[in-house]
Amino acid sequence: MSNLLVAENIFKNYGDFTALNNVSISVPKGSIFGLLGPNGAGKTTLIRIINQIALPDNGTIYLDGKPLELDDVRYIGYLPEERGLYKSMKVGEQALYLAQLKGMSKQDAKIQLKYWFDKFDIGDWWNKKVQELSKGMAQKVQFIITVMHKPKLLIFDEPFSGFDPINANLIKDEILQLRDEGSTVVFSTHRMESVEELCEHIALIDKSNKILDGKLSDIKREFKSNTYEIAIHTSDNNSVEKEIAKKFVVLPSNMKVLDNELVLKVKIKNGEASNDLLHYLSSKGTISHFAEVIPNANEIFIQAVNKNAKK
Amino acid sequence: MNKLLLIIKREFIAKVRNKTFVIMTFLSPLLMIGMIALVAFLTKNSLEQKRTVTYIDASHLFSSDNFKEDKTIKFINLSDVDLETAKIITQESNHYGLLYIPKKSEVDELSKNIQFFSENSPNMILIADLESVISAKLQTIKRKNLGIDIEKLKASKINVDMQLSNFSGERTSKLINGLKMGFGIGAGYLLMMFVIIYGNMVMRSVIEEKTSRIIEIIISSVKPFYLMLGKVIGTASAGLLQFFIWSVVLSILMLIASVVFGVEMSSNISTMQVPSEQMEMMKSTMEGEIQLLISEVLKLPLFTMFFMFLFYFLGGYLLYSSIFAAIGAAVDNETDTQQFMLPVILPLMLGVYVGFSSVIGDPHGTVATVFSMIPFTSPIVMLMRIPFGVPWWQIAISMLLLIVTFVGVIWFAAKIYRVGILMYGKKPSYKELYKWLKY
Repeated sequence: MSNLLVAENIFKNYGDFTALNNVSISVPKGSIFGLLGPNGAGKTTLIRIINQIALPDNGTIYLDGKPLELDDVRYIGYLPEERGLYKSMKVGEQALYLAQLKGMSKQDAKIQLKYWFDKFDIGDWWNKKVQELSKGMAQKVQFIITVMHKPKLLIFDEPFSGFDPINANLIKDEILQLRDEGSTVVFSTHRMESVEELCEHIALIDKSNKILDGKLSDIKREFKSNTYEIAIHTSDNNSVEKEIAKKFVVLPSNMKVLDNELVLKVKIKNGEASNDLLHYLSSKGTISHFAEVIPNANEIFIQAVNKNAKK
Repeated sequence: MNKLLLIIKREFIAKVRNKTFVIMTFLSPLLMIGMIALVAFLTKNSLEQKRTVTYIDASHLFSSDNFKEDKTIKFINLSDVDLETAKIITQESNHYGLLYIPKKSEVDELSKNIQFFSENSPNMILIADLESVISAKLQTIKRKNLGIDIEKLKASKINVDMQLSNFSGERTSKLINGLKMGFGIGAGYLLMMFVIIYGNMVMRSVIEEKTSRIIEIIISSVKPFYLMLGKVIGTASAGLLQFFIWSVVLSILMLIASVVFGVEMSSNISTMQVPSEQMEMMKSTMEGEIQLLISEVLKLPLFTMFFMFLFYFLGGYLLYSSIFAAIGAAVDNETDTQQFMLPVILPLMLGVYVGFSSVIGDPHGTVATVFSMIPFTSPIVMLMRIPFGVPWWQIAISMLLLIVTFVGVIWFAAKIYRVGILMYGKKPSYKELYKWLKY
């Protein structure tokens, strides 16, 4: 699978402050790519460089294998975190204007806008001024403006902020559909559950450096620690726990269970088979739960950032 | 290029559709005319108010012929009573004042001892009128005393009217200088007004884009420089349209006003107390002057003047409005613009001030020449100097400097603009602006 977007060795300084220090990312075509990082890490700077709002001090951005050019804005749809619309301009006029700025012809823009306005069932907003819309309504219009020119690359910075759960879900489905139709999506968010749900690839930026990137499943494999979460019916929870602790590393677990089972996280050494643990446990009581602990995006985020802080 | 046109169009339409713009466009000329009419009405009223002045002529040199009643003043002779009584009478009858001419043996002594009593400080025009009446009478008496023949004195009077020519022998009119000044002042003032009104409009529109947070969406499609340029040009187009409408509406209203008030004006002039012979003389010189004036206006470098007006008007506006755009980008709201406004308004005011004070007195003096070279004042000062004929090399230097500065300023403004539009939440200092230049 080839990469639609490649950022190669990007450096960016603002005065004495380093915003990006040798950051490279590769976004595979047709994937959803999560750009993660704490506040102030440099995500927005990278996104702005991809959108040619800011220029890198060093490094190159490639779109579809070619260095990014000024005209490429027509292939990119960008929904910034700080977003808004002209308040006293009518919705339809405004959408047409922004579409034409992206390089669409007026006729094409009208056709596309009609399609999207019908799809979101907001056709009667065309002649409304933006100041008459609620925040959620304005966000829908902004989403349409971002995607209407059918860009190859879609960049969303915190796309779900300001949406209620129903509309957030609607937008999420639209993003997935756009991906299925061939668009590539880069999206930056602090909401880890949506990363979990949507992203196939991620990159984690912290303090101007990229500290982690790759396929989310690969990263999870890398971060898992051969730990299993178990629940087991025993006659005496305390003594069984002590017995297990003699053979394995035991950690407390917060798993909620129905009866008064013994709940533990058990770590096995590298090379040991999980079957051995299972076998051992089955001699201690009736097992009601046995599963490998796979770190979620949230845990990976926190672990990676904490590790980077110690460095 | 296409996108620039789109931006210009949007900015133009956004400005023109704005309710305040529409109201101002059609209301301002009415307000202006109304104000002029009000001022005219008030002055006329105060002039026409008839004042009664009492007088005591103890010298017995004056007769009632000297104190004739006219449109603005009426005299009452109180020479029969003494000064104190006259004061009381004047005060109690609410008359304007009391003129007291004492008895003195010498005319010169008398001239220093005439008094005027009144409730408040008197109207200076009225006092000047009284003084001229008295001095005319006393002069006649003194001349008689000195044995000067008044008829001969009158006959000896001669009026000098110098004819102005340039070295190649062409006659020039005196009025043309007034006309040139009129053009200079008009053009300079117009430019200043235009820069302040529409420069501010550019600034507000940049701030609006920042506060509504649409800016990042737009500059992901176009370069910030084009957005700034489009804004400046679009606003200027709206401004020119507004100026055009103003001048049309104003001239129509003026026409109506002159038809309505014109009759009254001419009747006013005829009653003015100008000696008829002097009137005749004025008429004949006027006619000659006007003929001369027309031929001279045609000889003025009208094409050059028009071209220069266009160049300096646009140059000045673009120079200043790009700074206004940068200020708008640097701040979050209008109240924060204050600290940056002074350095912008100052050279503008300086230009107008220098223009009024030195160009009009001495169009080719050192001060006027220097300020017509400095780019920030040159649009105004040079515009004022141009009708008086400026050497081509001075124009060339001034234009070149303006162009170079314009390129420098727009580069500088674009940098501030590019960084500033994405900065939120803090009021930048000059030091920070300097840092932005290096981003």
